[in-house]
Amino acid sequence: MQSVVSPTSPPKRSFLYDPNVRGIFYQVLLICVVGYLFYMAATNVVENLQRAKIASGFGFLDVTAGFDISQTLVPFSAAGSTYRDAFIVGLLNTLIVSAIGIVFATILGFTIGIARLSTNWMVAKVAMVYVELLRNIPLLLQLLFWYIAVLGPLPQPRDSFQLGAGFFLNSRGLFMPRPVYGADIWAVVAAFAIGIVGTVLFRRYAKRQQEATGRQYRVGFVSLALIIGLPVATWIVLALASVNPVSFDMPQKGTFNLRGGMQILPEFVALLVGLVTYTAAFIAEVVRAGILAVSKGQTEAANSLGLKSGQTLRLVVIPQAMRVIIPPLTSQYLNLTKNSSLAVAVGYPDLVQVFMGTVLNQTGQAVEVVMITMGVYLTISLVTSFVMNIYNRRVAIVER
Amino acid sequence: MNTAVDVSRFVRTEKIEALPPPKLARGPIAWVRENLFSSPINTALTLAVAYLLFVLIPPILDFLFFNAVWTGTDRAACRAETAGHPVGACWAFVVSKINFFTYGSYPAEERWRVNIFFVLLAIGVAWLLWLRAPRRDLGAVYFFWLFPIASYVLLTGGNVDIGLRAWLLFATIGVVFMAAIGFAAFMLKTSVRSAVLVAAGIVAVLGVTLALLDWDWGLEPVPTSRWGGILVTLLVATVGIVFSLPFGILLALGRRSKLPILRMASVIFIEFVRGVPLITVLIMANTMLPLFLPPDVTVDRLTRPLVGVAFFASAYMAEVVRGGLQAMPKGQYEGAMSLGLNYPQMMVLIILPQALRIVIPGIVNTFIGLFKDTSLVSVVGIFDLVKTIEASRIDPNWAAPTISYTGYAFAALFYFIFCWGMSRYSLGVERRLAAGHKR
Repeated sequence: MQSVVSPTSPPKRSFLYDPNVRGIFYQVLLICVVGYLFYMAATNVVENLQRAKIASGFGFLDVTAGFDISQTLVPFSAAGSTYRDAFIVGLLNTLIVSAIGIVFATILGFTIGIARLSTNWMVAKVAMVYVELLRNIPLLLQLLFWYIAVLGPLPQPRDSFQLGAGFFLNSRGLFMPRPVYGADIWAVVAAFAIGIVGTVLFRRYAKRQQEATGRQYRVGFVSLALIIGLPVATWIVLALASVNPVSFDMPQKGTFNLRGGMQILPEFVALLVGLVTYTAAFIAEVVRAGILAVSKGQTEAANSLGLKSGQTLRLVVIPQAMRVIIPPLTSQYLNLTKNSSLAVAVGYPDLVQVFMGTVLNQTGQAVEVVMITMGVYLTISLVTSFVMNIYNRRVAIVER
Repeated sequence: MNTAVDVSRFVRTEKIEALPPPKLARGPIAWVRENLFSSPINTALTLAVAYLLFVLIPPILDFLFFNAVWTGTDRAACRAETAGHPVGACWAFVVSKINFFTYGSYPAEERWRVNIFFVLLAIGVAWLLWLRAPRRDLGAVYFFWLFPIASYVLLTGGNVDIGLRAWLLFATIGVVFMAAIGFAAFMLKTSVRSAVLVAAGIVAVLGVTLALLDWDWGLEPVPTSRWGGILVTLLVATVGIVFSLPFGILLALGRRSKLPILRMASVIFIEFVRGVPLITVLIMANTMLPLFLPPDVTVDRLTRPLVGVAFFASAYMAEVVRGGLQAMPKGQYEGAMSLGLNYPQMMVLIILPQALRIVIPGIVNTFIGLFKDTSLVSVVGIFDLVKTIEASRIDPNWAAPTISYTGYAFAALFYFIFCWGMSRYSLGVERRLAAGHKR
């Protein structure tokens, strides 16, 4: 880019050697190739669909579904519900098994991850065997095992296992009392909300007091009393005043089946147990790596300050480990959500089984169904990673 | 120095007796005390775990070994009434079905071809994974070019018979391609000769590939519908790795490229595939691939999930390779550029050899995931190991109470041995690669 060209300057190079020109050339080539492939695919799809006399467009969502779903969180019936309702039912089923799975997998995973680092040799080894065994066997096989080999041999409804307190276990699943909420349930809910707000306020007060005076409050006990004690107390008061806010619909033994109560499908149990135990093994490794990433000096410094081992873990190690743990932990949560699509192998009616299975087979509208299903999973993934990026930026160590 | 006698100071005049060595600082009892019973909580934990093991281990051992049935020809052997004792695993079932589990319905007299495929695969894997193997560059050529062709010919029977017209078309395209490259070199004022030679090399490789597939080797054709079991499981995994590495490298380079459209295309592909479950990709491949192609082209039932798996694995591999590219210090790029290397030379000669080496553990871990995920093809109706077991365990000839457990135990053992072995290997490589960086 010389403004003055001296007579001895080298001959002008061909513009073909200009990296910008080449870059544009390659990208135009890429657009042409990809565009051509998409164009070919699109025309073929149109032609194939016309030949097979399959409709296109999203009109099918309003057509009556005509099939039943075994677990529905919202009202659904074969005669009155549309494919859109089926989609919502499947989506909710996916979300509920993922949400419950994430909670239990986190608890189990943290327990096993900490157990792997235990000074107790036996505990550490058992945790290691658990992790190695579960991680190296395909999830599909584990689900089939739970579904067919463990839940399969359960007895017929009339020979149900009685677990006490209205819980029954048989080949149709787990039956439990269903809570029926009375009109006064709002009082308990309000007490719960007050408990949470009170806890937050008290924690803030306790922290300020400690920083100012060094006096410590028993924050844990107070929180527990506020969050759990307050609603329970409200409930008892209401019950004593004989306006019971919650009653239970107990499952009753009939001749062939149990009546009433709440039924949890064996498919759901198998899927949940499989997902939780499998993901927990991965979470355990994430937790272990996170705790090991906190340098030993931190623990020693905490000990020399006189913190007890529990306090060391809670106040020094875990907060620093979480910085390392959270990003891979999130990706494990996403994996669990995506793996819940294996429900199709055990017949749990999740999004893939209902929508990509039954609806796709009934309507034949593969393009639309696949697009919607993949869009749901993509949205979940992208939203999660977006939130994670924000979180990461907040907790990242600011280097000087 | 102070010479005055300091009465406030005490100086010991005689040596005191050495303390006895601490009791039980070493030895098995000390070890047990230290590691199992160091505190009341630890003691309680140890006892609880010991009780758990006491409850769990004996039934498992009974099932796997002591009550297992090892010989037999049908269900009678594995029933408690005939065996005379409670029956654990029915290994006789696995023994009698082992050919089905390994080859599916592959014709018995042609199974030697599958065995050769297994051997070729083992050679390729060992050549690439053994860090001190000679000529690993030749190993790569073998694994990514010769081995896939040989496997295709062996397993299907080859003899694609593309016909004279296809050959003429190929020759024409080849000549045009060489001419175009030569013309481009002429325009760029570089050596036309070497450019044409490179083009001729590409055409020759493709030609040899076509010829090998086209040649009639005299092998009986075996349709893919008869393949099954471990053969298909390993095949899906192999296709995954053979395609995912080159495509993954290209995608990773694309994602790190300065060209915005190229980068965006790579990012969209990678994030799209990584954001959806494999099962949806497989169902998509199964239902939509035939729609994408012209109506007169039919896609083999087995090829469809293979395409899905190849796509899926490429996206994950791309992220692993990208990690390696990002770990390269900038000086390596700058050094290569200052030597006057162009982009492909810089990547092939300087960056990729180092970057790929440090991500070997990551690649192996991705492959472990891929290997486990191959079991999902059974959901779209492909006869892999899981599906053969699912089919066998309901065989009325072997109707016995423990058949399902036995089948799953066998499959679990198979997957566990492969995955655990690979994870040990990846740990070993990690330790070796870290050796130079340890302080």
